Amino acid sequence: MRYAYFPGCCDHTSGREYDISTRALCHALDVELVEIPGWSCCGSTPGHSTSHLLGIALAARNLALVAEMGLDCTASCAACYQRLAMANVEMQNDPRLCEKINWITGKTYHGGVKVKSIVEIIAELNPEQIISRLVKPLENLKIAVYYGCLMVRPKAVQVDDPENPLVMDHLLEAVGAKTVDWGSKTECCGASLAISNDDVVLKLTSKILADAARAGADCIATGCPLCHFNLDMRQKKINQVFGTDYQLPVFYFTQLIGLAIGLTPDNLSFNTHFIDTSKVLELVG
Amino acid sequence: MRIGVFVCWCGSNIGGVVDVPRVAARAAHLPYVAHSVDYKYTCSEPGQNMIVDAIQKHNLDRVVVASCSPRLHETTFRKTIARAGLNPYLLEMVNIREQCSWVHSKEPDQATAKAIDLVRMAVAKAARLEPLSEGSITVTKKAMVIGGGIAGIQAALDIADAGHKVILVEREPTIGGKMVMLDKTFPTLDCSACISTPKMVAVAQHPNIELLTYAEVTEVSGYIGNFSVTVKQKARYVDHSRCTGCGTCWEKCPQKVSSEFNQHIGIRKAIYIPFPQAVPNKPCIDAANCRRLNGKKCGVCAKVCAAGAINYEQQDEYRQVKVGAIVMATGYDLFDWTQAYGEYGYGKIPNIITGLQFERLVNASGPTGGKITRPSDGKEPQNVVFIKCVGSRDEAKGKAYCSRACCMYTAKHAHQVLEKIPGSRVFVFYMDVRAPGKAYEEFYQRTVNEGARYIRGRVSKISRKGDKLLVKGADTLLGCQVEIEADLVVLATAMVPSRGSREIARTVGFTVDQDGFFQEAHPKLRPVETNTAGIFLAGVCQGPKDIPDTVAQASAAAVKVCALLYKQEIATNPMIAEVNESKCQGCLLCRDVCPFQAIETKTIPNNAHDQAKTQTVAHVNSGLCQGCGCCTSSCRSGAINLKGFSNEQIVSAIKACLCEDNFAELVRKVRKR
Repeated sequence: MRYAYFPGCCDHTSGREYDISTRALCHALDVELVEIPGWSCCGSTPGHSTSHLLGIALAARNLALVAEMGLDCTASCAACYQRLAMANVEMQNDPRLCEKINWITGKTYHGGVKVKSIVEIIAELNPEQIISRLVKPLENLKIAVYYGCLMVRPKAVQVDDPENPLVMDHLLEAVGAKTVDWGSKTECCGASLAISNDDVVLKLTSKILADAARAGADCIATGCPLCHFNLDMRQKKINQVFGTDYQLPVFYFTQLIGLAIGLTPDNLSFNTHFIDTSKVLELVG
Repeated sequence: MRIGVFVCWCGSNIGGVVDVPRVAARAAHLPYVAHSVDYKYTCSEPGQNMIVDAIQKHNLDRVVVASCSPRLHETTFRKTIARAGLNPYLLEMVNIREQCSWVHSKEPDQATAKAIDLVRMAVAKAARLEPLSEGSITVTKKAMVIGGGIAGIQAALDIADAGHKVILVEREPTIGGKMVMLDKTFPTLDCSACISTPKMVAVAQHPNIELLTYAEVTEVSGYIGNFSVTVKQKARYVDHSRCTGCGTCWEKCPQKVSSEFNQHIGIRKAIYIPFPQAVPNKPCIDAANCRRLNGKKCGVCAKVCAAGAINYEQQDEYRQVKVGAIVMATGYDLFDWTQAYGEYGYGKIPNIITGLQFERLVNASGPTGGKITRPSDGKEPQNVVFIKCVGSRDEAKGKAYCSRACCMYTAKHAHQVLEKIPGSRVFVFYMDVRAPGKAYEEFYQRTVNEGARYIRGRVSKISRKGDKLLVKGADTLLGCQVEIEADLVVLATAMVPSRGSREIARTVGFTVDQDGFFQEAHPKLRPVETNTAGIFLAGVCQGPKDIPDTVAQASAAAVKVCALLYKQEIATNPMIAEVNESKCQGCLLCRDVCPFQAIETKTIPNNAHDQAKTQTVAHVNSGLCQGCGCCTSSCRSGAINLKGFSNEQIVSAIKACLCEDNFAELVRKVRKR
């Protein structure tokens, strides 16, 4: 199985753990990821909130590169996935928009590439492929699985049910973990408002942490670098501002599955988190 | 042949667009036309008298009326010309209102030209009309009502009180429907059971009513006045002729089952009556849950039954009955919100209930004895949130329509919480408050004055917060977000047609609308009739409505049934298909396309001298044929004619449309280009 892989900017910077663990996990599961040569930023929220055309064009340039590779495309970052998939849908549905975008990018792309989230890629594997490699079941671990906004919205590109997604829950349950039933699975963390409205993000993120703690979770699992950034890096500040004492490690789902199939914590970048991950490693044993 | 043409202004409806005098003047020059006039309101009494006078004065033998749709006034004008001594079927109507002036209001010249064309076609067709005469069929003086909720009960009682025999068929073990589940009814707050159980008893005791509970209609054939219905009496495993209804069996039955009547809050036994006032007040065994009937050791009910009424060997029985009319009263179910509302937890979060479940909670004969408690822990709730329009008025999630009763029952629920739980707080999320009924608005205002907080906006999320529910929504009037910690959430879920209603509509033979409700013949003027003669509608099966409207509609349906059953025989529509047996090849393609199962086969001798040689031909059942014309257009050998729309008549109208005048004009236009 081969996919053109779009790591995205976050995965090269603040969300390196996601990139490292995704590559390690896919390697272990015989999924070949070929990094798109010369990929550029998907535009993310600043792109499409500045201009609709800009948002599509930035993503479309990458789709054109993928088309040249003759592969289907995957992205780990939820925002990158959503931007690439949305551009793909919009261009396929609107030939006039497609022409305009091709004129802007100077590349010819008329659809045809399939864009999948890395969550879908792993979930579509034969479960045996994972279970047969299981060496360290996450039996003692209670996980609050957090999907955020972009993976499940809008309808045209949703990976799972936007109200009660379960795809990552099922993956983590397959490697032995318990997932908690909680109400903030798809609540917004505040995302890039962290840059302009810190106080809003602190409030939104603190509610998610509170909910996860109330549900009895030992840690949070996610599939979005920005969610991870807000939940992990800002946790200390949230504790200061709201007088709380959360110590909830936040993982990418790829890290946790990787751990279960025997990849070492160092290879999964457990040591670069803001919240200490050793508690979870002890629970897993 | 002398044809009279009458062109109607319909006030300004037609006259405001079409040059009516010009149409009449042009018609005067058409072949066979002996008289042509225009008139302001042709359907009025002076207008009709004018037609009668003109027929006599000008010795007319065909009449063309150019006015509105024949669906509106064809019968009117048929009666008019009959008064003047003409056969009523020597009338041809031209629709120059709905299909001309109304749709071409911005192009008066072209509308006038079209009206002239339409009149010319009608005159050509009228010249070939034949007198037709109505046949007659006898009427079976018995009615069937399908569904034993308040609609069916009311219809059955009204028909029976008028002196006709009625068979009431109900698929559940008791009649009473949804109304008897309710606690109190808005806006008067009278006890629902107190006003409906006497009617249930009246049904059981009425000498003209035969009550068939736990029974289903499986097949219907025949036509108005002469339906033949197959009813399946489901096995009850209890011989009601022996049972005394003592209740020992359901007391001793060891098998507990979730109670449908209590909306799955509370339990019943495998042998049960749904509630203490059930009619009939004798039990049946739920075969799916009975231990004995599922091959396990039990048989307790048979052991304790002193009357020896338990019979595990009982089988479903089928019987055929003949009736002259059928009233559909199959009611509704609630929209299954657990399939659609993920934001409310898909039914997995405890203490989110439906309005009907709340009715059972607050009902003195319900599982809690009328104490409002939380299903999860039996605690009395302090903060109660009501959410309206769950599945209604929301195409993305459920149905586009308004369910009509929810605004009022939610106001009633809010009132009941405030009345029964001192210090409680009630929040109602709403889109609009619709209270258009007698004393409804006053009732809603009373609830508001009692302290119910109405919040205009929708709830976007309900999640657990400890043992409470965190309700997040929007207040669109204040433009802010709202968060409420609730102990109990009550959803006003949409009314949808009851399960199996599409199938029963197909069995009985009439149409349903886009939402699956039964289609009335006309939304305003024939609201209780269907397009199939002899089938009538009562209650929510036709569309969401509250109890007063349901009862009124049920009585209306009963009157229609009585009007039919009072007749010894009824006239049949003569505009039906007719087979020319000498042309018929017996391919029976017509039978395949007929939507009314009106085509039968007939064996005739195919040689006048040798009676032994026979052939099969199509034959039209005049009781079933509705004159739709499907068979006529499908007949390859042209053997079927629809009387009043014969091939000859239609072709002459088409020829008139493409007459020389038009043709010459067409050629001129083409040349100009």
